[in-house]
Amino acid sequence: MAELNVEIFVNGEPRRVPVGHTVLGLLTDLELNGRLVVVELNRQILRRGELPEVGLEAGDRVELVNFVGGG
Amino acid sequence: MTTLLSEAERQTFDEPLRIADRTFRSRLIVGTGKYADHEEMLSAIRASGAEMVTVAVRRVDLDASNRESILHYLDPDEFFVLPNTAGCYTAEEAVRYARLGRAAGLTDWVKLEVIGDRETLLPDTDALLEATRILVEEGFTVLPYTNDDLVTALRLEEAGAAAVMPLGSPIGSGLGLLNPVNIRILKDRLGLPLIVDAGVGTASDACLTMEQGADGILMNTALAEAERPELMARAMRHAVDAGRLAYLAGRMPRREWAVPSSPLEGMLS
Repeated sequence: MAELNVEIFVNGEPRRVPVGHTVLGLLTDLELNGRLVVVELNRQILRRGELPEVGLEAGDRVELVNFVGGG
Repeated sequence: MTTLLSEAERQTFDEPLRIADRTFRSRLIVGTGKYADHEEMLSAIRASGAEMVTVAVRRVDLDASNRESILHYLDPDEFFVLPNTAGCYTAEEAVRYARLGRAAGLTDWVKLEVIGDRETLLPDTDALLEATRILVEEGFTVLPYTNDDLVTALRLEEAGAAAVMPLGSPIGSGLGLLNPVNIRILKDRLGLPLIVDAGVGTASDACLTMEQGADGILMNTALAEAERPELMARAMRHAVDAGRLAYLAGRMPRREWAVPSSPLEGMLS
């Protein structure tokens, strides 16, 4: 099964996702779909419309950010 | 909520605060950090009367993704949400955070912080200028947190900042306005709105700051770390109004000798 999974990094933590998984699929797995989350893939910000189209590849670095309390 | 001034009264002698293409009735801007919970935050913000509130950009907590987002509490019809770049130590990092904040789709405004020292959280003004230039070029409305140095402020103005936000004293220190003279110099020389950001500890600090001619104040810890944030927020609202009124009224000159208030004539012989 190992070859059917690839390792990516989500917010710095390693995570395995199926080959061909999309960014939207990842957000759904994390129960973040529909939340106001900004996605950065390898330092590039993705537009909302791109999320179902962009596939994840081994070694990808995904950052999922949102707003928190701050001054 | 009782207010010091009705909106109609205020309009007879004061202008609203104008920054870039927006106007604000309140001259108080507040942060959303360090509150015990979102309910306490919201009650304090409402008591402060602030219309503009700051938020930080951080990684989603993947272990608590079912928790309500802060935006659930900050209705965009009630508050103008200003993302910040707090915690950034280089221009590159601050630009990255600013872009992430804009990508959330709420605003192209950013409160720009580039910190230069971990102990004092004082700004790295070289990096701040560099990041301001980049973000202005990209169409951001940039509100930079800076020190109270006139030359840096003038450079920020030249670079296209929409306001200049000097500190009163270090972030989270509550030491108040350490150098009122610098704030008066900045007010005198800048064409941009002057928002004192950081250092206010209690209501008298806010009042003193506004008396120097600051166009507004941004504060967070003074409210969030008060024993009763909602009461302190109300005090701050009145203090900002009182300080603003005193500034507009024009204070009497200082003298180092006494001048009697009662007539010298008519005394009994």
